[in-house]
Amino acid sequence: MEHMTNIIELKHITKTYEDGFSAVSDFNLEVKKGEFITFLGPSGCGKTTTLRMIAGFDIPTEGEILLNGKPITELPPNERPINTVFQRYALFPHMNIYENIAFGLRQKKTPENVIMKKVRKVLELVDLEGFEKRSIDTLSGGQQQRVAIARAVVNEPQILLLDEPLGALDLKMRKEMQLELKEMHRELGITFIYVTHDQEEALTMSDKIVVMAEGKMQQIGTPEDIYNEPINAFVADFIGDSNIFNGIMTGKLKARFCGGEFACVDDVEEGTHITAVVRPEDVILTAPGQGQIRGIVSSVIFKGMHYEITVESGKNEIVAQSVHSAKVGDRVGVHVDPDNIHIMIAEDHTNIFPAEINKNNELEYNGTVLDVALTSIVKGSRQTEDGTLLDVNGSEIDTRKLRIKISIKPQDIELTDEQEEGLVQGYISNLIYKGDHYSYVIHTDLEQDFVVDDEYLWNMEDQVGLLMPVEKMIFSVKK
Amino acid sequence: MHKYLFSRKNLGIPYALFLVLFVMAPLLVLFYYAFTNGQGEFTLLNLTGFFSDPNTLGTLCYSFGIAAVTTAVCLLLAYPVAYILATSRFRTKSVILMLFVMPMWINFSLRITALKEILTWFEGNLAYHPFLNTVLGMTYDFLPFMILPIYNTIAKLDGALLEAARDLGAGGIQAFLKVTLPLSMPGILSGVSMVFLPAMTNYVVLDMLYNSTYIMGSLIGSYFAAYNWHGGSMIALILLGIVCLFTLLTRGIEEENTRGGALL
Amino acid sequence: MMKKAWKSIVIILVLLFLYLPILVLAVYSFTDATNIGAIRGFSLHNYVTLFTTPELVRMILGTVVLALAAALLATILGTLGAIGAFYSKKGMSSAITTMNQVPVVNADVVTGFSICILLVVVFGIGKDTFIPLIVGHVTLCAPFVFLSVIPKLKQMDSSIYEAALDLGATPLTALVKIVIPQIFPGIVSGFALAVTLSLDDYFVATYTKPATFDTISTYVVNATKGAQTTIKTALWALSTVIFLLVVLFTIVMNLRAKRAGRERGQV
Repeated sequence: MEHMTNIIELKHITKTYEDGFSAVSDFNLEVKKGEFITFLGPSGCGKTTTLRMIAGFDIPTEGEILLNGKPITELPPNERPINTVFQRYALFPHMNIYENIAFGLRQKKTPENVIMKKVRKVLELVDLEGFEKRSIDTLSGGQQQRVAIARAVVNEPQILLLDEPLGALDLKMRKEMQLELKEMHRELGITFIYVTHDQEEALTMSDKIVVMAEGKMQQIGTPEDIYNEPINAFVADFIGDSNIFNGIMTGKLKARFCGGEFACVDDVEEGTHITAVVRPEDVILTAPGQGQIRGIVSSVIFKGMHYEITVESGKNEIVAQSVHSAKVGDRVGVHVDPDNIHIMIAEDHTNIFPAEINKNNELEYNGTVLDVALTSIVKGSRQTEDGTLLDVNGSEIDTRKLRIKISIKPQDIELTDEQEEGLVQGYISNLIYKGDHYSYVIHTDLEQDFVVDDEYLWNMEDQVGLLMPVEKMIFSVKK
Repeated sequence: MHKYLFSRKNLGIPYALFLVLFVMAPLLVLFYYAFTNGQGEFTLLNLTGFFSDPNTLGTLCYSFGIAAVTTAVCLLLAYPVAYILATSRFRTKSVILMLFVMPMWINFSLRITALKEILTWFEGNLAYHPFLNTVLGMTYDFLPFMILPIYNTIAKLDGALLEAARDLGAGGIQAFLKVTLPLSMPGILSGVSMVFLPAMTNYVVLDMLYNSTYIMGSLIGSYFAAYNWHGGSMIALILLGIVCLFTLLTRGIEEENTRGGALL
Repeated sequence: MMKKAWKSIVIILVLLFLYLPILVLAVYSFTDATNIGAIRGFSLHNYVTLFTTPELVRMILGTVVLALAAALLATILGTLGAIGAFYSKKGMSSAITTMNQVPVVNADVVTGFSICILLVVVFGIGKDTFIPLIVGHVTLCAPFVFLSVIPKLKQMDSSIYEAALDLGATPLTALVKIVIPQIFPGIVSGFALAVTLSLDDYFVATYTKPATFDTISTYVVNATKGAQTTIKTALWALSTVIFLLVVLFTIVMNLRAKRAGRERGQV
């Protein structure tokens, strides 16, 4: 039995544009023959650029691409045994379907009778038998998509690249095509490299998912791995719905986050700063006093299969999915089983906490208005004179539905004795000496833990204020 | 390193060279000739000569006069036509528009010949009304160039704007003056620039209609006939200056206009 | 109702102004009259003169051949220039676009005169070689081809070129088989515009043509100054022939456009 070989390898790939913007940096990947691999990430994460470098449309500024062990980094696209299904299909409008599909074969000087047979066969594969003579503009979006796939696979490429191929289709069509593509992958045995920003699509179709953000690979793994064991807060947040909390290990298999102490199964050393991820379907609402923490139901949304219930506990929010409804204002307990808590060591200790939007559409935290305009946080938005927030298209944004998170690095927060000067107050619950500075954990009055680096020595249980300059804050928006 | 031997952007090289050679180089040569004399020595005489000679200055003024009157007449005729066509629901609209375009495809000298025969029939000796005939001839020649751009801008106007103006209480005339007219300025400007400059230079129309006065174009013609490249170059250069000035002016107005439009 | 009638009157009056001279001339071209106004009998002698006088036939053919040749060259140069400029870096692209704009806004007298000075006076290229004339007309026409191709390139889905490369086409094949067909309508209308401009030109030709060669414009302008009535009235016939050709061409184009529209509508 032949060993599974790498069909394509990307080694230290970096793409930097002339203006200095790095679309992809130090990207490494090995793809096995016959795999269905998906690049998943938000727009601008570098997934399409990576795909274009594999196709040959862009040439990496650094690094090497190997196909079957041979370098193809600067080989022009027409000399690569790789074909692409384009985002908006890119069918040739002046050719009929037959000519479109035959185009690649004709470049290889394939005899016309062979072309005829191959085109007929591939049209069968995509369920478009007898469409040879139809012109492109008589086809629906779904049909054009099938022609685009047929045009690519008829060349029997070693790798098929798909650049958000289902993005322009409606939901029903998309679901259908997902299954068909998966089926086609099985039938053809070709390696598929698929690009999407739709996490559900990625989870349904892929053998392996590469999660990307800001030009860097965040995590690679099977859909189950990525979903169950996200490697960092970004992946957890991007894949599926999740509750993400900053916390700290308080003992053997014990972690504190979200204002409560939870038993967990990840063995992390006491005192380590962690990020805890809990999927909404794993949050169990109990009678008050029975769970690890307690809270008040703040919203209930019916989602068809279940209710999405938001519980406020202190300043923390926990989202739960439940088949039973609840009433806004109910007092409840929140319980999470230890094996449903995923603990990640917080790699950079960045503090992430939610901000509020007040009725004047200003950003607020702990009752203090932050000196930052909403328009600079919500991309492409603008604000009218009466404070209404409008999006790119000029329609009103419901600010009550915006969730804004603030992240700030530990070294950007300063501790002060003058508690009232701080944005928030709390007591020092942990301190570790890190050689040139101390790393403190401050448990605030809002039941959140902040990690602060400071070169001066404070004592455990000291009451302090936290000075957080707005210009050091990074804001992220979730709708 | 594997690179394409052929690249799309290199396709522009022949045309770029062509433009440098036959558009930019001739202009440089014009400059050189305009400021030198027959012996190749630097001189400002061509320039000072033009601006101190009452004849050439008179020609400049007469050119402006002809061009201004022609442009005004063209505008007065073209705007109503363009407006009526663009706003009407004639079923034959495209055919009528075609009728206004067709004369552009007939050789202008033949059209002027036709006009000349008609005018001769009416007036007898054409030399009695040189100014009138010239303006008529130029209007006849350039009118389609004024109608088309104005028609295009008015046709593209959003009908809802007019309805909005009416809805907000503007009368028909008010709506026209406050909405349609300002918004059709780009078309008017492009029409004006397509008529004004040719009217300053197209001396053949004058020649054919027996107008013995000179306009700027005819000066080049007469220097050319006398093999005086230096004098001709200076006139060409002055015309070039007028073209530049005119382009800057219309662009300035257009920018002002779009800024005003953005405020709407 | 009143208003609509008034609108029609304006349109009709302006159309009359534009067409009356041509139509009257057309009517008189079929008579043996030497002046408009005189009433004479029906005659085809003007047409006979037009198509049998060697001087006139040479002039007409010369004009047409010049227009086609210049338009062809201008179309090739302008199209390649547009493709090159479109895919070039910003600096190169705007340099070409700016230079392209010069002959468009410049007075034809200046264009013709400056090319004459450069080629004839500075480089000493004889006008009899036809080089100055061809160069002059290509300079006159190519910028308009450029301007009609560029919008088509902008409208084109840029990924179809990449799709062709992806399917194994070389850049040249992709250009010929994919890009050119996509921008073809722009190339055709650029060519048509170039032919019209060359046919209509007087000034560039005057300054660059060989002394023995005449285009319709230069010939007509000289003929009106002369007193040869047979030639003068033969030109009435020429005007009528051109007018009829233009009408015919317009009708054919409209019918074709209508048929294409209907075919598209059916699907």
